[in-house]
Amino acid sequence: MYVTTGEDEANEGEEVRLMSTPVPTAQPFLEKFPDATIISDDVDRPAILVPKEHIIDAATLAKEMGFDHAESVSGVDFPNDNQIEVVYHLGSYTNENLTKCVLALATRAPREDDPRPGQDSTRLPTLREVFYSVEFHEREIFEMFGVYFEGHPDNRRLLLPEDWADLPPMRKDFAIKGR
Amino acid sequence: MTMSAQLPPGLQLEKVDERIMTLNVGPQHPGSGHMRIIVQIDGDYIVACDPDPGYVHRGEEKMAEYRNYITNIPHLERPVIHDSCNILYPYVLGAEELLGIEVPERAKYVRVIAAELNRCVYTLYWLAIYGIFLGHSTMFMWPSGDRELFIDLLEKLTGARVTHAYFIPGGVRNDMPANFEDVCLRQVRYFEKRIAEYSDIFYDNPILISRTANTGVLSRNDAIRLGTTGSVLRASGVDYDVRKKEPYDVYDSLDFETNVLKSGDSYARSKVPWLDMMESCRIIRDALSKMPKSGSVRTKLKPNPKGGDTSVYKRVESGRGALGCHIVSRKKPEPYRVKLSVGSFRNLIAMPYLLKGEKLGNMPSVYWSLNYWPVEADR
Repeated sequence: MYVTTGEDEANEGEEVRLMSTPVPTAQPFLEKFPDATIISDDVDRPAILVPKEHIIDAATLAKEMGFDHAESVSGVDFPNDNQIEVVYHLGSYTNENLTKCVLALATRAPREDDPRPGQDSTRLPTLREVFYSVEFHEREIFEMFGVYFEGHPDNRRLLLPEDWADLPPMRKDFAIKGR
Repeated sequence: MTMSAQLPPGLQLEKVDERIMTLNVGPQHPGSGHMRIIVQIDGDYIVACDPDPGYVHRGEEKMAEYRNYITNIPHLERPVIHDSCNILYPYVLGAEELLGIEVPERAKYVRVIAAELNRCVYTLYWLAIYGIFLGHSTMFMWPSGDRELFIDLLEKLTGARVTHAYFIPGGVRNDMPANFEDVCLRQVRYFEKRIAEYSDIFYDNPILISRTANTGVLSRNDAIRLGTTGSVLRASGVDYDVRKKEPYDVYDSLDFETNVLKSGDSYARSKVPWLDMMESCRIIRDALSKMPKSGSVRTKLKPNPKGGDTSVYKRVESGRGALGCHIVSRKKPEPYRVKLSVGSFRNLIAMPYLLKGEKLGNMPSVYWSLNYWPVEADR
């Protein structure tokens, strides 16, 4: 009989190391990246905006602090600023101090009025090498906002049809009929 | 220059080995749900798998930018109508924080009860399909029948069988009917006896065990690295449940346990939701005994409320794992951006990883054990 109780030690020896860092705030990011902007200093929901040149280093710092996976990646279109923001919500399963904490790490890409996804300046470096779990999320951002992730091995469409020939639909200038 | 070189990124055609056959499972195959799984097989073994969701993408997030905080409620629950209370939960919590609304104590308990009833409805539906995927038609009939217990309760509570639109910023739409507590306790007690019988016919069944044990094993490290959530994560030995780790509403005052199994295979992944249903029954009984017996269940809203110039990220534990809602507000009656981070979408990343090297015949048992709801993943 197959048993799935505590005796089953299929994963013994693979225990993820527990890191003992203090409850973080957004401060370590500001010390390392002076051009970062702290949006929220909340203990459970810190939020930082970093320039795209530093996003990989900032994600690596977050990983060192104990964040081990991406909960969500959202894009936000700001046509008035001519920018598209990508927000990575990072969480931790392994660090006991961080279980309540979701870090919002944001960066911004330039936005073009006449987008040609993959061939214009709307580009960001991918975080897939740091957080593997962003893979499908970044594919979704690429099709919905036209942000091309440099270094992502699989910048294909995910939800939209292959022959979609309109604007990336989550951009603000893509209007819904009748609204 | 070949044709594929001219195609935009993401559309290039790839050459496949002559030994390898490409199979399209879905999108109208009964074993795939509303999605396509492109598998490459060498003989009977899967060498690569490429999930292709999107056949039921309805742009819920885009629609949310055109409607105000209240009119968003009925359509945002559509991605998973069997778990409609839980999918609205983070949105409602976020809207409350943005609009600065306090929730009455009784409403918090009513919400928890509705959310747990809904979790059972979803899990039973999911279990019924898992049964029929594995050719176990009794396991299709039993959960489908028992699901009616909870649907009846929710109909009494909310007025609708599946699409409830019951949660609103500030509480719930209406109070419990007069005899709800007694009926609910009676149904839940019956179900608790009934659910134990599932182990006799399903979970202790040698045929089920031989089909699911040691297939699609996800190690603890990989479950964390891939960012999986919910039953998939807990079946791989990670003790993480949002209800325990970041309690919302009144979950911190209720008595329940988190179910964690260690083997990380399809069997463990199919068992965790079943164990969770027993905890749901405990939560419902505990909440019914602890809730204030009278009082308001909703705070009156101002007409067309506006959020501030900020954003929130709220999460709850749904039937398929953590469900996050990121709302960006720009001082308008409509949210500027609503993003739903759903468990199905997050667990999808594990599918190519788990199916690689499995036999094609094991695909349904691995795929559905991921607790994947195609409509929710597409939004």
